[in-house]
Amino acid sequence: MGFILAQALTGLSNAAALFLVASGLSIIFGVTRIVNFAHGSFYMLGAYIAYTTMSMLPGIIGFWASVAITGVAVGLIGVVVELVVLRQVYKAPELFQLVATFGVILVVQDLALLTWGPEDLIGSRAPGLESVVYIMGEAIPEYDLAIIALTPVVLFAIWYLFNRTRWGILVRAATEDREMVGALGVNQSWLFTGVFFLGSLLAGVGGAIQLPKGGADLLMDFSILSAVFVVVVIGGMGSIPGAFIAALIISELNVFGVQLLHQSTLVLMFVVMALVLIVRPWGLLGKPEKPGQHGQVGELARPIAIMPTRGKWLFAAMLVLLALLPVLDDSFLLVLMADIIIFSLFATSLHFLMGPGGMVSFGHAAYFGGGAYAAALSVKYMGAPMEIAIMIAPLIAGCLAIIIGWFCVRLSGVYLAMLTLAFAQVLWSIVFQWGEVTGGDDGILGIWPSEWASDGVVFYYLVLVVGSAGILLIRHVLHSPFGYGVRAGRDSFVRSEAIGINVKLMQWMAFAFAGALAGLAGGLYVFAKGSIFPDEMEIARSFDALIMVLLGGVKTLSGPFVGASTFTLLQDWLSRFEYWRLVLGSMIILLVILFPQGLVGFARDKFGRLINVRGEDHA
Amino acid sequence: MTSVLSVQNLAKSFGGVQAVKDVSFDLAKGELLAFIGPNGAGKTTTFNMLNGQLKANSGSVKFNGEEIIGREPRDVWKMGVGRTFQITATFGTMTVLENVQTALMSYHRNLFSLFGKSSKHHVDDALALLDLVGLESQSHRACNVMAYGDLKRLELAIALANDPKLLLMDEPAAGMAPLERIGLMQLTADIVKERNISVLFTEHDMDVVFAHAHRIIVLNRGELIAEGTPEEVRNNERVQEVYLGGGSTFKDEED
Amino acid sequence: MLKSFTKLAVAASLTASLGLAAAPGYADTIKIGDINSYKRLPAHTIPYKNGALLAIEEINKAGGINGNKLELVSRDDQGKPGEAIKIAEELFSRDGVAMISGSLFSHVGLALASYAGQKKRVYLAAEPLADALVWAKGNKYTFRLRPSTWMQASMLAEQAAKNPAKRWATIAPNYAYGKDAVHAFKTVLKSMRPDVEFVTEQWPGLFKIDAGAEVQAIQASKPEAIYNVTFGGDLAKFVREGKLRGLFKGKLTVGLLTGEPEYLDPLKGEAPVGWLVTGYPWYSIKTAAHDKFRNAYQARWNDYPRIGSLVGYNTMLTIAATLKKTKSLKADDLVAAMEGLSVSSPSGDFSLRAIDHQSTMGAYVGTTALKDGKGIMVDWKYLDGAKYLPSDAEVRKMRPAN
Repeated sequence: MGFILAQALTGLSNAAALFLVASGLSIIFGVTRIVNFAHGSFYMLGAYIAYTTMSMLPGIIGFWASVAITGVAVGLIGVVVELVVLRQVYKAPELFQLVATFGVILVVQDLALLTWGPEDLIGSRAPGLESVVYIMGEAIPEYDLAIIALTPVVLFAIWYLFNRTRWGILVRAATEDREMVGALGVNQSWLFTGVFFLGSLLAGVGGAIQLPKGGADLLMDFSILSAVFVVVVIGGMGSIPGAFIAALIISELNVFGVQLLHQSTLVLMFVVMALVLIVRPWGLLGKPEKPGQHGQVGELARPIAIMPTRGKWLFAAMLVLLALLPVLDDSFLLVLMADIIIFSLFATSLHFLMGPGGMVSFGHAAYFGGGAYAAALSVKYMGAPMEIAIMIAPLIAGCLAIIIGWFCVRLSGVYLAMLTLAFAQVLWSIVFQWGEVTGGDDGILGIWPSEWASDGVVFYYLVLVVGSAGILLIRHVLHSPFGYGVRAGRDSFVRSEAIGINVKLMQWMAFAFAGALAGLAGGLYVFAKGSIFPDEMEIARSFDALIMVLLGGVKTLSGPFVGASTFTLLQDWLSRFEYWRLVLGSMIILLVILFPQGLVGFARDKFGRLINVRGEDHA
Repeated sequence: MTSVLSVQNLAKSFGGVQAVKDVSFDLAKGELLAFIGPNGAGKTTTFNMLNGQLKANSGSVKFNGEEIIGREPRDVWKMGVGRTFQITATFGTMTVLENVQTALMSYHRNLFSLFGKSSKHHVDDALALLDLVGLESQSHRACNVMAYGDLKRLELAIALANDPKLLLMDEPAAGMAPLERIGLMQLTADIVKERNISVLFTEHDMDVVFAHAHRIIVLNRGELIAEGTPEEVRNNERVQEVYLGGGSTFKDEED
Repeated sequence: MLKSFTKLAVAASLTASLGLAAAPGYADTIKIGDINSYKRLPAHTIPYKNGALLAIEEINKAGGINGNKLELVSRDDQGKPGEAIKIAEELFSRDGVAMISGSLFSHVGLALASYAGQKKRVYLAAEPLADALVWAKGNKYTFRLRPSTWMQASMLAEQAAKNPAKRWATIAPNYAYGKDAVHAFKTVLKSMRPDVEFVTEQWPGLFKIDAGAEVQAIQASKPEAIYNVTFGGDLAKFVREGKLRGLFKGKLTVGLLTGEPEYLDPLKGEAPVGWLVTGYPWYSIKTAAHDKFRNAYQARWNDYPRIGSLVGYNTMLTIAATLKKTKSLKADDLVAAMEGLSVSSPSGDFSLRAIDHQSTMGAYVGTTALKDGKGIMVDWKYLDGAKYLPSDAEVRKMRPAN
């Protein structure tokens, strides 16, 4: 009994930091509709800044003053990010802001490394609360009790702010109806800035109060991010009480999971999230989204056209150039280009889902990695030759997409995206955990091309042929009746249903198709690298694809290729230098600000006729 | 005269509010039936139940003897019911022609085909439909740059793609210039005659209604209060009361 | 604060001059490719690089290799195996390196080993600990320097067997290294002490430990001894919660790698006391070779060496010894030179076993203590790795032919 109580209290105290960070993210999303990937970075900054201030301000007062100072400082950093970066891109297509926040993550990582050095910092204990008290014979740290008491206070303060102050009421009104608040003469941009301040402040305080239980290190940003997303989604995006309840549920689950299901720690919260979303698509206390707006904020995508002759020539010329590449006799260039082609195929498949399909996937790596593992496993256990393995990859990935898609297409918008993330994580943890079959994180090694294709040049041609065939197939399908059916469902749900189209079925099939093609990319990838590890299914890999698509321009057809090339080349070139993340992050932010329609979108607006354009788009 | 659509005791409530109460009526083949009533009378709610978009609480809607209630809009469409929306619903990222082609591809069950190019599908049929509604010259324009009145016509062309036996038109002329309205309703009347189909439409513009409808049904607060020829309805006391008692005239009802 | 701004400025100007940085190649330069996770785990990899660079500088100062200059081309793999493979290709084909070395993460090491085997290019794995690297997944072109998981875990198990404790609990991060480390420790301890039982196994996610809950859970199973494999931030949280809740009181605690400065130093005054650990007591190793290394390192980097520094230094010494033994840079000749190669290093002499390409470099085993508010290792001894490696017959069973 005492043991259960002690574990429950531990869970409650863990919930505190999680709730603070998650509520910040939830507030920012609720009002600005920005999914802030950089929120984990604010949390990390909170931990580092609090570490510094706490070492300067001693004593009980110093400790709690440090927490407050940290909150304000991180809040101000949030304001800077909002003003300098995000404010420039509010009008950009929805989710484009993701790319900007991704840039912020990279910049913050290197700045933190520069400022605080590489070594992990261990937080000092909270003065006055260093000891334990005994409850039913179990030792409970005093500090745990303090933050358990603090959490409801914070919850109440946030509630008060949003329900009893003019500012809060305006913000809530803006959440309900942005236009209306604008029409009432309230300056919306400052409302947004204020919200960013508050959200970042909460993340900073979250980072600060966990210091006495842990410390500050450079991996904190990503390690909290997934948990925070889970909490916000389970609670319902934009709902503070929801975030509170979800933080409690997740923390308690983790605490008791440790005891009852030792190996469950990785997967548990994602399973819970998937279950909640399947039963309650908008989270426990969330509200349904307004349907039909995804991928379509701002100017609508233009009608797609069969490539004009000039475009076809351009494309053919590029293929010829790629085919001539081996003449240069530079085996690394071939390896690099093979990577680019594979990632282009991966990004193009995601684009099919995001652009024409109108369904954003945060977990597209599930199919990429799924295909790669399918190929690798078929080699390992069935002795399949490369040719067969590459064919198995899209089949299995397509099947995975059919299973995952069946659940996902019932949702829309950010919730759909989050459910894809949850499934990808579940899949990742299965691969990670099931070492006997998948090799766990030691991966599957020695998956090299067949003898005839083992030469670098031959393999490059193989990738070129299969990869461009895959990309052309996706392009072709976009022009096929199926592609029109998928786009119809995105453009207008009611119209589609009123002319006999089963939109959910279309979306489901789009999932399967996109998943299969991502799997094909994964199948090629595993033979290019000779091995496969769970990394290829991780969130980071899914984000890569998202960044590529958005960077190229989601409302264009050639965007994914351009985005994949730009991102891969930039990363390859910059990673030679010591502080490459700082530079890459800054460049991404700059690209986002300069080209809010994506690179291809920008080029099309400027130079028009070369790429997919039709006569009178701007009438 | 055979009944194409037979509505019996249709009802719908939202929360505690009874939006449609016990509405019954019939629609004959080749008939142009207007649905009128003040705002909030339950016109759109009834419409949405007729094509399956809203689930009715009770009642029955038979189309050529087959029950519609309980079916999805897409299945109702497959039975031969086309519809247009109060707020136009078209495919914004497609051209005018592609909008109609998509509807035709759906009708011909082509949409799961990965092969062939959409642009080659049913071009002549689509152009013929566009010609019918007077949009042929604009067939290659992007849908999202079209004038509102033209979108209304486009919706009509889309709705005709499955060669329907019944057309449901929710305020087909709203947002159009007066001359355009008359043109569109004349067009609709011609289509009814030519194709021998039935049309049920709602409309605020009483000139349009009284000039074209064969028969009129008046709804108020979810209840059917009058039914008859334009002349009968015009002279109906309850109708007069509803409209005039509210301090407005038919003329002022425009949006 | 000022210092960090200067660093910032330096970084900015460095990045500005990136384009110009490509150095012209000398005909008499032998290039070594170095791949490591310089951004993912800088606390470990930067000391590694510093150690390696120090060795290179010393070698070149002493006249290089047969009159040729040695050059290290370092690249960041972002902690991603796929990235590491790409970089390896670039190092060999563009930079023309003779061989590659480095890596910290096991999975990156394994990926590079697979690459080396396939492309017939030499890879000297520096720090990855996975046993499979030279055994189950070993190949002709891959060598490994650092004592592996099995070796270090057996060293600890051997010492732990002397303790009367019978009820053991384990806690290890939930991934391959953690599982290997627990498996090895259990196997060796059980073989020496059939009477011990393992009463609970805890598997927190790597860098996601829920320390309070883990401590309670271990507490609940009432062990007499604890085997810890957590490290980094997880270790700090575990130690803090454990101390607070009295977990370690009266129990023998064994910590794999816990005595390495990379892990022990961040704990400062909260470092655990009386744990049996493997590590690196650089402050109290009193051999001439090590003194020389330590002094040179401190003079060069204005910092003290970590275990990574020692491994980096030894890696370069190994490469230098190889290149001195053979003049040819052909992969097969390099492999031939490396098999059975002996190297003298600050941590003593070791050799590269021909049978499995594992070096016999050993590890320091001792007990933790607090001194001047810092964790240190006392009563330590250096255990030669050769004694903790399986016999040739066993290796042949584990390692694929060729």
